[in-house]
Amino acid sequence: MALLEVEGLEAQYGWTKVLHGIRFEVEDGGITTILGANGAGKTTTLRAVCGMVRTAGEIRFDGRRLAGRATEDIVRLGIAHVPEGRGTFMQLTVEENLRLGAYARREKGALAGALTRVYDYFPVLGERRRQIAGSLSGGEQQMLAVGRALMLRPRLLLLDEPSLGLAPLVVREIFRIVRAINREERVGVLLVEQNAATALDLADHAYLLETGRVVMSGPSADLRRDDAIRRAYLGY
Amino acid sequence: MEIFLQQVVSGLATGGIYGSLALALVMIYQATDVVNYAQGEMAMFSTYLAWTMINAGLPYWAAFVATLAIAFVGGLVIERVVIRPVENAPILTIVIVCIGLLVILNSLAGWIYSYIQKPFPSPFPETPIVIGTVVFGAHDLGAIGVTLVVLVFLYVFFRYTMLGLAMRAAAQNPSSSRLCGIRVGWMLAVGWGLAALVGAVAGMMVAPIVFLDPNMMGGILIYAFASATLGGFTSPGGAVLGGLIVGVVENLVGTYVRFIGTELKLTVALTMILVVLVVKPSGLFGRAVVHRV
Repeated sequence: MALLEVEGLEAQYGWTKVLHGIRFEVEDGGITTILGANGAGKTTTLRAVCGMVRTAGEIRFDGRRLAGRATEDIVRLGIAHVPEGRGTFMQLTVEENLRLGAYARREKGALAGALTRVYDYFPVLGERRRQIAGSLSGGEQQMLAVGRALMLRPRLLLLDEPSLGLAPLVVREIFRIVRAINREERVGVLLVEQNAATALDLADHAYLLETGRVVMSGPSADLRRDDAIRRAYLGY
Repeated sequence: MEIFLQQVVSGLATGGIYGSLALALVMIYQATDVVNYAQGEMAMFSTYLAWTMINAGLPYWAAFVATLAIAFVGGLVIERVVIRPVENAPILTIVIVCIGLLVILNSLAGWIYSYIQKPFPSPFPETPIVIGTVVFGAHDLGAIGVTLVVLVFLYVFFRYTMLGLAMRAAAQNPSSSRLCGIRVGWMLAVGWGLAALVGAVAGMMVAPIVFLDPNMMGGILIYAFASATLGGFTSPGGAVLGGLIVGVVENLVGTYVRFIGTELKLTVALTMILVVLVVKPSGLFGRAVVHRV
């Protein structure tokens, strides 16, 4: 059974329908990517999983239906969402940002261990732990966002365009760490990206979204070989 | 020199009270962008409850603590019942609701307790404290002490507890807070509760000075607005410091500027609001808020 199963997902903002019944899965410990241009509905898809938009259709996480649950409760099931724009708490320190990531966890003593783990993955966050998060560079803020999500010890990590606005070197570093997290902790990843080449390298499954519909899906390797994809999204 | 020192200390005492109420305003403003015009009346009502309990024979400090507890729960309930339904309404709607709350609490207090002024006890001795040649009111010094204790408590709460951190997070970035599993709605309610608690302290500390009556917080609320404006509506520490400055300036101007005296003191506060808004609208310690449009 897949970790996350989505079927017939529809979503709308006001009167505008953004998703028209899409279907996708994330395997337990797998990496799935959803590709698409601006406005295809990628961000909405992630927001739908977290109960941040009104939806219709079926979303099952670990066999449990998510529809109708509040975002706060969905997080408690073990879904960490790194939102569009990173969601940094700008006026709090780096460490306070991270501590908030573990807010939904109730085990005693989990905090110290989780902090050490995040600082192991992102040493730069450890160096800047007392700094105000708003003073970090874009790349560091993206690392902070991923770190904050890790503090939850999630089973599923939702990543919304982690590469947006970052230098290629920083993007490569962040993707390397996401892969490490995925392998070492068996965290499932649902990655939404415009940067198709990088995303296809990382993911094992890919879905192509166009104006709210899945127009193509399959193993990443297959999609990479597809001529239409190559011309439209990979640019060679 | 003695008069100067006395006026400064008594200015710090009332200033601390203004600052506390300003802090209550700022706490709610930061979390919800709403100025709670009913903050003063909530404090007044709490003080009446304290008066009732003290009159019923409860020791002062027991009544004090019980009042804080009731004020906290009351603030929480008001947020859940009155404010929550209009949470997403335009700001003007919420302002009107707050003003409605002000009128209701004011009338309710007048109806239950009448509009006749009542003396409210001070927990501190009546004999003044003499240091050198300077005579200080014991209540002034005590009020400064109580205010400091409340501030330290709040500082520790917001700085070092997970709940305090979550409340700051919810105020800054609600959607990101939800993604951390924080129940933002409840954080706002707790914020209202804490603000009501701080306001209750201010009410009980100021009542021995101005006497207890349903309108006693009207002027104090204007001083609190002046304090929050001076310190910056976005800075809790600034609001408190603003309160101290307003308290001291008000006293000194009242003492040394002949034509102002006690009658025109409130004008000083209004003038300060005006000057700050013209010269530095974000206040001494506030950040200018930038909205993307």
